[in-house]
Amino acid sequence: MVLSGCGELPQTIMEPAGDDARLILNLMVPILWIALVIFLAVVGFLVFSMIKFRYRPGNDDIPVQIHGHTRLEITWMVASAFIVVVLAVMTFRTMAVRAEAPGSGALIVEVTANQWWWEFTYPELDVVTANELYLPIGQEVDLRLASNDVIHSFWFPSLSGKQDVVPGTVTRLNFIPEKAGVYPGQCSEFCGLAHGQMRMSAFVVSPAEFDSWVEMQVTGADPALATSPGAQVFQTNCAACHSIRGTAATFGQIGPELTGIGARTTLGGGTVIHTPDTMAEWIRDPSQLKPGVLMPTLGVAVGDVPAVLSEDDIADLVTYLESMR
Amino acid sequence: MATLTQSLPATRTWQTDVWSWITTVDHKRIAKLYLFSAAAFFAIAGIEAMIMRTQLAQPDGAVIDGALYNQLFTMHGVSMIFVAIMPLNAGFFNLLVPLHIGARDVAFPRLNALSFWMFLFGAIFLNLSFFTGAPDGGWFAYPPLTGKEFSPGTGMEHWILGLAVLGTSSIISSVNFIVTILNLRAPGMKMTRMPVFTWMTLVTSFLILFAFPPFTVAAVLLLTDRLVGTGFFNPAAGGDPVMWQHLFWFMGHPEVYVLILPPMGIVSEVLPTFARKPLFGYTAVVFSGISIGFLGFAVWAHHMFSVGLGPIANGVFTAITMLIAIPTGVKVLNWSATLFRASIKITTAMLFAVSFVALFTIGGLSGMMHAASPVDLQHTDTYFIVAHLHYVLFGGSVFGILAGIYYWWPKLTGRILNERLGKIHWFLAFLGFNLTFGPMHVLGNDGMPRRVYSYVSGQGWDGWNLLATAGAYLTAVSFLLFIYVLLRGLRGERSAGDDPWDGATLEWATTSPPAVHNFDAVPVIGSNRPVWDGKYEGSPVPVDAAAAESDIHMPAPSYWPIIVALGLALGAAGVIYSYPMSAVGFVMVFYGVFAWTQESTVGPPARPSGSGVGH
Repeated sequence: MVLSGCGELPQTIMEPAGDDARLILNLMVPILWIALVIFLAVVGFLVFSMIKFRYRPGNDDIPVQIHGHTRLEITWMVASAFIVVVLAVMTFRTMAVRAEAPGSGALIVEVTANQWWWEFTYPELDVVTANELYLPIGQEVDLRLASNDVIHSFWFPSLSGKQDVVPGTVTRLNFIPEKAGVYPGQCSEFCGLAHGQMRMSAFVVSPAEFDSWVEMQVTGADPALATSPGAQVFQTNCAACHSIRGTAATFGQIGPELTGIGARTTLGGGTVIHTPDTMAEWIRDPSQLKPGVLMPTLGVAVGDVPAVLSEDDIADLVTYLESMR
Repeated sequence: MATLTQSLPATRTWQTDVWSWITTVDHKRIAKLYLFSAAAFFAIAGIEAMIMRTQLAQPDGAVIDGALYNQLFTMHGVSMIFVAIMPLNAGFFNLLVPLHIGARDVAFPRLNALSFWMFLFGAIFLNLSFFTGAPDGGWFAYPPLTGKEFSPGTGMEHWILGLAVLGTSSIISSVNFIVTILNLRAPGMKMTRMPVFTWMTLVTSFLILFAFPPFTVAAVLLLTDRLVGTGFFNPAAGGDPVMWQHLFWFMGHPEVYVLILPPMGIVSEVLPTFARKPLFGYTAVVFSGISIGFLGFAVWAHHMFSVGLGPIANGVFTAITMLIAIPTGVKVLNWSATLFRASIKITTAMLFAVSFVALFTIGGLSGMMHAASPVDLQHTDTYFIVAHLHYVLFGGSVFGILAGIYYWWPKLTGRILNERLGKIHWFLAFLGFNLTFGPMHVLGNDGMPRRVYSYVSGQGWDGWNLLATAGAYLTAVSFLLFIYVLLRGLRGERSAGDDPWDGATLEWATTSPPAVHNFDAVPVIGSNRPVWDGKYEGSPVPVDAAAAESDIHMPAPSYWPIIVALGLALGAAGVIYSYPMSAVGFVMVFYGVFAWTQESTVGPPARPSGSGVGH
């Protein structure tokens, strides 16, 4: 299973594609260099001393008993204090930039974390989607994060630092996506059984592409699809939890919004690459792919309970959902 | 020469031997009990780590499932911290502090036995959770995930009650060592003449004393949230989950120094001995240890930078966290300077001690990186932190403890561990450790989060993970070799002699192993290197003549500590399994404490056969 991403290291913090990630990297790299110099000096001295001042058989002279050296002591205390001040000033400068409130033109996105998937709501655009976040390049984004259950943490390493999502409160994060691309992210605060499969993707696209994506989300499904055999299966078995704009199924709130599901690149909160085959597999028994998932198993028998969906139902559903693009 | 057998009955059988261990109040035997039990729990927690590394060797690992993985990483962390490294440190406190300050035992010998038995039963109770579902919410146990709704099993009760018992054991022990160090020092043993290890024991004891009570209260609040539905940490009931984080890390961060300061003390003893020089800047090293202890209470929120406490809080905690770099740097520089113009004997203990300085420096410097709160927002909860904390607690604490075991084994047993095998052990452990945790820095920078039971391919993580797992296996091999070295070190003639390393501190003035009463005559201390000065400055350690005239009475053995400790563990277990069991447990505690107050505390005289410090 391969997640789509940019280059060899899709989730690295070393190749920022957002202003916040870049700001943080620009703070981290100088600290890293200072640390490396100190490390080499200390280890170099230790190795040098272990070789140069090693006991040589036959030489049982007692070495000079040096108890300390006050001036040296003060010198390296002042020197370490100086390094700390430099680091603190660098850090505070970065923190001051990060503390700036988002500007007035920022795109507001409400992030709702759930065990174990993400919901993204664009209140000004009347769009709700799940696990795949679309952002127009160059426009500041103003995230308001809330949780429906436990503590999660929102993290796209390429775009910005983490922000925990704490139930009972709304936390904030803002940044500007700077480079077009698809960036993987994932929950980074341990949140239970499927924590490792609470992934997401950010699509940083041109404003024109973003607008057409928004239009697709607002319009929803082609009305012609209502006659598709899968539509009835969906209405009977899926609509209690999932909604799709433009269909009769717009009341389900428990599971991820499925408007435009056919165009998504992954399924199950970034658990698998989306293909018609994995879609069928997911519908048949999601817990096979993502143990702990709260979506029920409908396509195979569970204990004494026979399968709710036949293989034909699943095939119809897949055809129906794949056409949502 | 007085020997250990004086405390045993005239006819020894295995029953009397076992009974003597159960009822012992001798700090040296309690040290052995601590070291042995903690080593066993260290092995269990190490096996947990090996299973996790096996699971993560390849992407989409299927060796174990996520549910078990979550139990393993939780128990690995909890165990290594509370039932492996802390009690290993406690083993050294017990072995060394009375010897270092010229005392006969600790201030409250039966309380000392109680601390040990509470630790043992608490640790067993914690590990028994594997039979019914171990805690799986991480060692930090953040609610609401650890509330009843999201963790319905009994694992969290094991975590809460187990840590409450273990924490109380540590608090009792810390009071004991504070009183011992402040009150039982031999004549002339001023505070400024105490060995650095004993100083670090004192600082650590104060840290435990102030850090654990608030945590124990927080754990009880979480328990009532779970058992009777109070809502202290439940946002749905108006509670605040972030409050838990504050209370937890107010213990959790000082706890880091509880784990690292004693090994820093060990290294401060080992380096000067094998450099054949005094520790460079004794006063600076002691005071930096004290300042680390103080500052350690004011940095807890650096574990919470990503919570969103706001720029002011994050700025303050960034600044204070960075301040810790100063005393820490002072320590590293003083240890390094101790080697300058020395005559270094490269023993196994010395290799571990010098590696400690190097590896701890790496952990300290990576800590400096995420002390800067913005950088932490990228590093926190990634493998970069896993690397950082293991460089501090494994390359630091564990390597320091290994140095201590090689260094004081002769004092403990009268035998020297095999140096040739010891050096092979060091080499394998050093290589294995760095292969395991070095690559994790890269993994963290490349975005691999912690606490995930599997990962997908194609993110550049596969090779580094495989390398880390290979390193973990190499580390495991090094520890198997270490077990063999230790087993060999239990056999053969007790030929080490009193002072095999040409030491400087008071423990080297007595026999190996020391007599029950440690010193035949109370030594009078004139410097912070009494034994060295005795050998090389021509001023042998004088003794307190008045004290030498009187009989030596050692505390009598007692079985009430184990009964009280067992009662407490049963009381805790009963909260989960059966309230009558709790009732029985608490009756044992109350009756045990009552009976304890009624028994005679002083045994028959253990009379020295001669004068002088050790003989």
